[in-house]
Amino acid sequence: MEFYLSLLTLFGFRILLGLSAYVVILTGQISLAQAGFYALGAYTAGAASSMWGWPIFPAILLGGLVGGLFGFLVGFPALRVRGLFLVIATLAFTEIVRMVFLNLKYTIQIGDRTIGPAAAEGFRGITYYFQNGWSSLQIVGFTWIFVLAVLLAFWLMDRSRAGAVLRAVGEDELAASSVGINLTAAKVAAMTAGGFVAGLAGALYAHYATYVSQEDFGVLLATFAIAYALIGGTGSVLGPIAGVLFFSLLIDGLRFLGDWRNLLFGVLIVAMMNLRPHGIIDVGLVRRVASLLRPGGGRAYAGD
Amino acid sequence: MLAIEGLSKHFGGVQAVHQLDLQVRQNEILGLIGPNGSGKSTIVNLVTGVFPPTEGRVRLRDRDITGWQPHRVLAAGMGRTFQSIRIFGGLTVWQNLWVAQKAKSWLAVDRASMKKIEATLEFCRLRDKKDELARNLAFGEQRRLELARVLAAEPDLLLLDEPAAGMNAAEIEDLRDRILALKQRGKTVVLIEHHMELVMGIAERVAVLNFGVKIAEGPPAAVQDDERVREAYLGHRRGQA
Repeated sequence: MEFYLSLLTLFGFRILLGLSAYVVILTGQISLAQAGFYALGAYTAGAASSMWGWPIFPAILLGGLVGGLFGFLVGFPALRVRGLFLVIATLAFTEIVRMVFLNLKYTIQIGDRTIGPAAAEGFRGITYYFQNGWSSLQIVGFTWIFVLAVLLAFWLMDRSRAGAVLRAVGEDELAASSVGINLTAAKVAAMTAGGFVAGLAGALYAHYATYVSQEDFGVLLATFAIAYALIGGTGSVLGPIAGVLFFSLLIDGLRFLGDWRNLLFGVLIVAMMNLRPHGIIDVGLVRRVASLLRPGGGRAYAGD
Repeated sequence: MLAIEGLSKHFGGVQAVHQLDLQVRQNEILGLIGPNGSGKSTIVNLVTGVFPPTEGRVRLRDRDITGWQPHRVLAAGMGRTFQSIRIFGGLTVWQNLWVAQKAKSWLAVDRASMKKIEATLEFCRLRDKKDELARNLAFGEQRRLELARVLAAEPDLLLLDEPAAGMNAAEIEDLRDRILALKQRGKTVVLIEHHMELVMGIAERVAVLNFGVKIAEGPPAAVQDDERVREAYLGHRRGQA
């Protein structure tokens, strides 16, 4: 049971991370900055709860807000580059964040314990859950409050005009701006929302793990964020969930294969991208399911 | 309505548009013609802010909109369509209009703006396609969607960049009716076209471009007889110029 609860909690972080990449990908931007936002969320929320004595809820929210703030700040220079150049620029951001935390030494003494980011040794003692005697079930529940809230918010956004605007920007920037869409506003808003959600994910992760280190927040994490959204599909908010399930089943489910796993892992991703080039849950699938659910209707997107 | 003053655009050493002066009057249909590469589409891109001009001013009504970004130009009342179809393929027909719609309702749709979208779809005969993904439409329908989408933004002045490209005779007839209907509704239309019959049939004035320079302007009949226009289209006679 503990194992499954723990797995469900991990799924929560991954889904949030995938959703943070999803909203940015809707506008046609591929960003590797999500790992940087995740790290910022993890360190600030960790510091808030374990060093400054904040209650857990505001601490997690602070992690999200800091992620969102940096998303906003990264959003502006990111407007000037696209495609591979954006990938490189956002990777640079993630690396800068990592290097800052590699060198940041800010610890306090609580009783006989030293708490806080201790440069290369990482940030120990984010023990709010354990000091307050939370069970695994409580941790899962708390994590999933945020996951469900973000899922609901994104689902509503997808059905609103805002969602259609983000997708229009992702489809064709020139056409979007020529029909009155402010590209700056759309892309920066998406990056800010993505930063906020990644920050939340990092904040929740830090409290689950109790120990975080900059090594965890590198290019691999950023790549997974994109992979969850792209393999899962960007047709609906369910896409990143499908992506997380796909990867998690591969990573954990194929463990018995030993070293062969990595080989099969690659093969399966290539096969997947060939079978469903726009992800598992793409726009076409969403349309088909929607028309099945409401025969003769089809105002699903009109908000009517 | 629209005043283009001394507009030039140089791409490196190439003068795509050179010292162009052009006035568009309220509620007229102005034809803008010229051979391939004469700078017609560049003008559309310059006045709608896709890229800034090297020199010159663009005034819309009394506002200097030179160098404004496209979304601000549209908000000021000037919209455009694209020569190559640039609809949002992954969005439904309805959504294509929704994102362009002037009344920006972010969350839900209010009845009034919904009615407007329905009316625009009706006008472009796309009503029964409204829930289809735009990329699944036939070519002619995609062309109509391109027009419907910009109409949803309710601009007063429309720049139609080769709307008849790739259309058959019946579709062109249909397009002609629609442009005339737009004029009746008080819109001003600049029609950038290759299709002479269409332009000469409905434009009240025609401006002719060649190598980025305006070589003639006037009523269709006068422009058709202009020696320089014939040269531009048919080439120089041996020994001349």
